[in-house]
Order: sequence, then structure tokens, then C-alpha cells
Amino acid sequence: MLSETLFGTDEMMTSLMQKRKTSGVVWKVVFLFSTSLAILFLLLLLVSVIDSTFGYVAVRNEVEPHQLVEGKAEVSEFSRIELESVLQEHLSSGILRRVIHEKPLEERSDKDLVSLAEQYVIKPSVVRSWGLGDSLLDQKSIGAFMAANEGLHLSFRSWINWSFFVSDQSANPLNAGVRTAFLGSLWIIMITFVFAFPIGVGAAIYLEEYAQDNKLNRLLQLNIFNLSAVPSIIYGLLGLAVFVRSMEHITSGSFLSSVADTTANGRTILSGGLTLALLVLPIIIINTQEALKAVPDSLRMSSYGVGATKWQTIASHVLPASIDRILTGTILALSRALGETAPLVVIGASTFISVDPSSIFSKFTTLPIQIYQWSARPQGAYRNVAGAAIITLLLLLMAMNSFAIIMRDKISKKKRMES
Amino acid sequence: MNTTNLAEALPHLYEKSQEQKTIIELKDVNIYYGSFQAVKQASLEIYEHQVTAFIGPSGCGKSTVLRSINRMNDMIRGARIEGSVRFHDHDLYAADVDPVLIRRKIGMVFQKPNPFPKSIYENIAWGARINGFRGDYDELVETSLRSAALWDEVKDKLKQNALRLSGGQQQRLCIARTIAVQPQVILMDEPASALDPIATGRIEELILELKNSYTIIIVTHNMGQASRVSDHTAFFMVDEKRQGYLEEYAPTEQLFLNPGHKKTEEYISGKFG
Repeated sequence: MLSETLFGTDEMMTSLMQKRKTSGVVWKVVFLFSTSLAILFLLLLLVSVIDSTFGYVAVRNEVEPHQLVEGKAEVSEFSRIELESVLQEHLSSGILRRVIHEKPLEERSDKDLVSLAEQYVIKPSVVRSWGLGDSLLDQKSIGAFMAANEGLHLSFRSWINWSFFVSDQSANPLNAGVRTAFLGSLWIIMITFVFAFPIGVGAAIYLEEYAQDNKLNRLLQLNIFNLSAVPSIIYGLLGLAVFVRSMEHITSGSFLSSVADTTANGRTILSGGLTLALLVLPIIIINTQEALKAVPDSLRMSSYGVGATKWQTIASHVLPASIDRILTGTILALSRALGETAPLVVIGASTFISVDPSSIFSKFTTLPIQIYQWSARPQGAYRNVAGAAIITLLLLLMAMNSFAIIMRDKISKKKRMES
Repeated sequence: MNTTNLAEALPHLYEKSQEQKTIIELKDVNIYYGSFQAVKQASLEIYEHQVTAFIGPSGCGKSTVLRSINRMNDMIRGARIEGSVRFHDHDLYAADVDPVLIRRKIGMVFQKPNPFPKSIYENIAWGARINGFRGDYDELVETSLRSAALWDEVKDKLKQNALRLSGGQQQRLCIARTIAVQPQVILMDEPASALDPIATGRIEELILELKNSYTIIIVTHNMGQASRVSDHTAFFMVDEKRQGYLEEYAPTEQLFLNPGHKKTEEYISGKFG
């Protein structure tokens, strides 16, 4: 029979089938292995961040509370009168004058006075901090360390806490917070969006819908692909030359006399946002082009068929059909900008700044810069602070990406169900 | 060229066509895609308030010729046309002619039903709105849907997304959408090829009704369809260089019962194609 002669005997067929199945299983295992490896590395990242964010910390107080008020071990146990008198007595006259100038002691809340007393009188400093792993598994050596050093207070601390979100920076890791960096990141991302989104989408619409298929446009397209692969630090150098230096008059805000005196140079939120806008522009263009390409030509044709112009076709049919993909791509591009450090370091973001940004002409710092800066500090406790900042950044990125996904689902659902 | 021969052979048919008013005239039309010539030397006249069918084997250029009539080929990169296409004796390819205006007067229904992903109501109203319609939209939607024999099926769900209709209903909606802007000519590019026989039958009935108000040109693969709905049939052929050309153009009855060319006879009798 034909099947026996050309395809071999039944036996051969069975063994071949076995071989084919085996090779399928081998590949499946390979793919599973790659997936597991990727997940493993992600978990390692999370574990190392969480490890540095929680753990025991040994603190030495310059002045112990019981030395100020007899029999009280914590400042928070002090009465109102005790607090006021402690501050009056122990604050240096210069600091006292400044504090009172900001707000007289009598008008401040108890909580406010407690934190003032802790900051200026008790002056706690971290002697040593441990990660979560050591705190749980190596308590013996922590105990030994505590026994060897007298006068230390050991406590379990979550470095990420509410006061970490709302405090500005500080020379003391116990008081350092992420507020200015968080606000700086938000401002920058806003500027980036405002500039990169309309320009990027506009360019993509031109390239995809209007541009002729000629050599010049193909060259343009190729270069946009290349630009999206340029290292971000190059964009930093470009931003430094163009926005910080050449356009200083504008980016420093000195052309508006009202804010001229607040900053003296172009190292502002505006420059940072514009630099990141340049960085994500090619990504947004390519994303948007892909979104426009996914709109079937039949939709365009049906619009032309009833006598629509090109712009009417784009505005009424092509854009509504692709807006979900465009927005999702844009948000993902913005998340990338949110995590960028190098270009902002190059254009000169401030690394220590305790004033919240108030306008686009303010000096700024951002979350990734703060993380970079904190993890480079010699004091070990700053690594814990950096860990907390990383969690903050990850939460922000997660929020943005979830927003993108939810919005895309919502729009595409609306498109399907639409009246 | 073919019509002259036919006039000599069959004078009674020629007289009949004499009475018909020419609305579109193609003369020596060559169409190129890049360096490839897809259609060569096509010349024919389309008569007002008649249904003209374009038939022929795949690749014979019948759809290409159809799209040249409302300048849809402009959308295709590298497409180029030579010769003249005249509509009411105006050159459609003259420099001062706006293709958007042409498409408004010469509407089009496509092979695959392609309603807008909007409501049924909006599918009809949108085209009218962008063209500055100033009448009553509700009335326009109703009359357009009635003309497309769709009103009774959708009158209770005008707000529903058009993509939820069946294929046949979608295609009739596309016809209604085309009618709504009141064109003079409707081009149909294999309008029933993606539909089942029942839906196809309805489209054919519809074409026969619409012929009273519009001039219709229909491209079809289905020779039965051409013979049922059309008054005139143009048979396109493809030569050995894969270039399409007009083999024969005649009143439908004559072309099917008494073809003047051997190729036509072979094609309609199913010897190839």
C-alpha cells in the first residue's frame, strides 16, 4: 500500500510520532524555563528592594528624653508646657528665632512641637541599620552589636511611611522624605506630555496619512526608528546645549519679569520636561503610527466613498478607531520618561532641594535622581531611604500603567457597545 | 468600437441605446500601478438610469476601471491613469477637479460591507452632515433606509452599533449611506460576493429598484447576477501579459444570448474564469 511504502510501516510512524512529540515537549520546557527565569529576576528585584525598606535600626540620641524631663522615655509623652519650655531652653537662639518667625510656638500643634523637639533637641542619628532578611534571621548578631555599643535604641522601622511621603529632604536619613522629588517628577511628566503628545501624534498622522512614499520620507522614517534607539544621555547633552544654554532666557523664565528673580539659570522643570519630551517623541511617533496602521483601509475608503475629505476621514473615523492604542502607547512612553535619570542629571537637576517646585521655572529633582543620589551616599541608612523611594517610584509607575490598561479597555469597550 | 460593429449587426438594439443619455464616457483609458499596466485602452459609455455590469475573470481590471470613475485609485500609491474619463462631459481628471466632489456625486459601495463603527443612524447622517445637509435628519435616515429596504428591520434600533447587523444588513446599510448624500451614480464593487444567497437576492432586488433614481455600475463575478440586474454588460479580459482590456460591451441580453466574440462566449459558458 502507498502509505506503507512512502511513509514507512505503522511502527515507524509510531516512533516518528513519539519523536515529534518529544521535540514539542523539549521546546515547551525551554520556553517555560525562560519565563521562570524572567519572573525569578523580577522577584529578586522586589525582594532586594523590600529587604532594604524594612528592618531594625539602631539609633543614638544626642540628648535622651529622660534627661529633659524626669521619668519620661519618649518626647511624645511630654506635656504641652514641658514641650514649650524644652524648646525655649534647648534650641539655639538662631534656630528658635527662625522657628518662631515661621509660626509662634503657642500657635503650633502638639505634634508639631514634638517633631521640632526630636529634630533639634533629641537629634537622633542612625548608627546602624539592618535589612529585613538580617532583621528576621540574624538577630543574634544584632543583639551582639547592641551589647557592644551602649546607649543605643533598637527599633523595627518601616522606612516607607506616611511622613516619608510628605517630608522634604533632610541631612538626617530618619527625617528624609520624597515629597519634592515626587512633585518634581509629576511636574516634569506633565511638561513632557504637553509637548510630546501633540507633536508626536501630529507627526505620526502626517507620516502615516499624508506623506508620499518617496525617498525623503523613507529616510525620515528610518531616522525616527534610529532616534528611538539613541541612548538617553545623548538627549541630556542635547537638552543641556539647547534648552539650558541657548534658550536660557526662556527656560529660566527670565523673559517673564515676575519670576525672573526666583531662578537664575535654565536648569528648570521646563528644560527637564522638554528634554524628556525629545526623548519620548520618537517612541510616541512610532507607537501612534502603529496604531494608525491598525485601522483597516476599508474604513477610510467608506468615508471617502460618501465624499469626505482626508481630514474629515482622519478626524471622524481614523482617530476614534485608534485613540485607545495611541493613548496607551503614550502613557507607556511617559512611564519610560518617568524612570529616566541620565538626561536629567546631565541638564543639571538639583540633588538636594527642600523647596517644592512652584512653577515650570522652578529648580527640580525627580524620584530616580533622588534614588541615585541617596544610594550613592556613604551613610548606610540612606540605602534604606533609597529602597523606600524605589517602592514609591514603582507604585507610581504601576499606577500609570494600570491607568493605561484600564483606559484602553474602557475605550475599546465603549467602541464596541457604542450607541 | 464594439458598439459600432453591433450597430451594423443588430440595428434594433442600437436604436434603443441611441435614446439613452450618456452620463459617463471612458475613452482610451490606460491605468498603471507603478510600471505595471493593469488596464489598456478601455473605452465605453455608461448610460443614465441604467445598470451596467462589469464582468470578467480575476485580474482583468474591472474593479480598477470602476475605481477610476470616482477617482478612488488616487488612494492607491503608484496608481496612474491615461486617457479621458468624462462625467456629464467634464473631464474627471482635469487639474481643477476636486476628487472629493466627484466622490460625493459618484458614490461607492464596496465588496466587503464596511459600515462606520457607529450607530445605524449616524452611519446615514454622517455623510449628509459633512456635505452640509440642511434638511430633517430623521426623515433623511428613514427615507434612505427605506430605499435600501432596511427600514423595517432596523427602525427600532437606530442607536445600535451598525457592526452588530448581519453581513447582508450591513451591506444594505452601506447602500443606504451612499444614497443619503444623493449621488447621481452608484458604483458597486462586487457588493454581494461576501453575502449568502438570500442576502444576495435582496441586494439584487434593491439594485433594480434603485435604477429608477440612480445610474448604477456593478462589478460582479457572478454572471447570473449580471444577467439578472444589468441593462448593459462590459466583458473584460486579461491578455497573456496580465493586462486587462475591454473585450466586448453590449446590451446584456445580447451579450449573453448572442455574444459577438469567441472569448465572451467561452467565458459566459463557463469554459474559463
